[in-house]
Amino acid sequence: MHVFDIIGPIMIGPSSSHTAGAARIGLVARQLLGETPRGARIGLYGSFAATARGHGTDRALAAGLLGLAVDDPALKDSLEMAKAQGVDLGFYQARLREAHPNTAVVEVWGERNRVSLRAASVGGGAIRVQELDGLPVNFSGEANTLILRHLDRPGAIAQVSRLLAEANINIATMQVFRERAGGLAVMALEIDGWPQPQVVEKLRALEDIQRVSLLRRI
Amino acid sequence: MLKEYSMAELLRQAGGGSIAQAVLKDQAEQDGVSRERLMEDMAKALEVMRQAAREGLTPGLRSVSGMTGGQAPQYKAWVEKDGGLGGQALGQAGAIALGVAELNACMGRIVAAPTAGACGVLPGVLLALEKQKGYTGEQLVMALFTAAGVGEVIAHRASIAGAEGGCQAEVGAAAAMAAAAAVELAGGQPQQAAAAVSMALMNLMGLVCDPVGGLVEVPCVYRNVAGAAVALTAADMALAGIAPILPADEVIDAMGRVGRMMPAGLRETGEEGCAACPSGGRFRSPSF
Repeated sequence: MHVFDIIGPIMIGPSSSHTAGAARIGLVARQLLGETPRGARIGLYGSFAATARGHGTDRALAAGLLGLAVDDPALKDSLEMAKAQGVDLGFYQARLREAHPNTAVVEVWGERNRVSLRAASVGGGAIRVQELDGLPVNFSGEANTLILRHLDRPGAIAQVSRLLAEANINIATMQVFRERAGGLAVMALEIDGWPQPQVVEKLRALEDIQRVSLLRRI
Repeated sequence: MLKEYSMAELLRQAGGGSIAQAVLKDQAEQDGVSRERLMEDMAKALEVMRQAAREGLTPGLRSVSGMTGGQAPQYKAWVEKDGGLGGQALGQAGAIALGVAELNACMGRIVAAPTAGACGVLPGVLLALEKQKGYTGEQLVMALFTAAGVGEVIAHRASIAGAEGGCQAEVGAAAAMAAAAAVELAGGQPQQAAAAVSMALMNLMGLVCDPVGGLVEVPCVYRNVAGAAVALTAADMALAGIAPILPADEVIDAMGRVGRMMPAGLRETGEEGCAACPSGGRFRSPSF
């Protein structure tokens, strides 16, 4: 625990879980997309849905998608900003089974990419991303995170870890999830440091890697 | 590194010095950064608190639900006349606490301390004492380290989340933190700061989390005022030399147990307590 976990975060109110956490989910979605969003459909579940307007959960999610920090006073006006920028946002009440009470499902698209994720705001502004493009994952965005969509083949993980080792990037934690043997898989690596663009390009060029996203810690 | 999260350990680390210095030293060692650097970061948090106090006391705020906003300037005008009924320090602390909590409800920029729902208590107590007693900015920054140390102990031994432990875990924790901070600001000993923690938490033990409409507004903003008042009186009792028979760690543990015994309807679900009052019914947040 850190003193700034107690005196902090500096944030836009009113609720660390319903506002700051929601903004972080939006920020993670934007980074996973890897480009400026053109639109998003956002489903809110549980307490998120019940108190969304009063807690500004919708505004916070929109602010994150627009790239605003959790303490940016413009968070309050994010829905109007999105409209002015031509970003098409829609909200609905999500029906989920056995989800955390503060859960959002986000489908976001840009010029080239489209990403869907499910994330929960788990308290004090902290979040967990639990599903990415239909695959189960589990990361917080509190560390720099590399997300790789890849084919579940022998050596895929070794290739990635070798490239990172050559770039002197330390892997702090690593998780691998797959839909089925030999099918689509996701690697989530929390890393120390920040890889150079050429490292990311090399990762993208690997045979079994379909997509690479880099999340800067939020 | 703290051997364990307890007020007893904080007092041991403080030795002949202050809790604030012990917390600062420990965090600097953990992070591998200088104390000056941490003090600069804490000064930024203090600056956000000052800004929030200014904005919160500016007329014209209104929350999305319409339940709160704009009441702090009214309070301030009343206490400024002749100190209200409780005197200048208490009146100002209350007005600032209310203003910052209302700003939070109105989607303003605040420092969660320890939570957004209780964000008014520390600025209320510290900024009112600055004005009344002339403490320096650096003294206030150190007082925030005192508060952080106390908050860490409460977070570890009990909880600082209303959904887990009720409002005693939010406004109660904030009041305990502010009480200890006020004692060290006033030059009190670490033992007196711990006594203030004990008394502040005793006085808010059992406070439930029952927000109308599930929103951080009513009764939350008024409870920030109560938290500031409890903090100031607990600090005064401790500075007067009152040593309660219950040590802070035991009271913190009791607060944790009471939180776990609370029914879910009184832990931030917006179902019972104030939330069940008929007049609050029309303020439900519009959903999708």
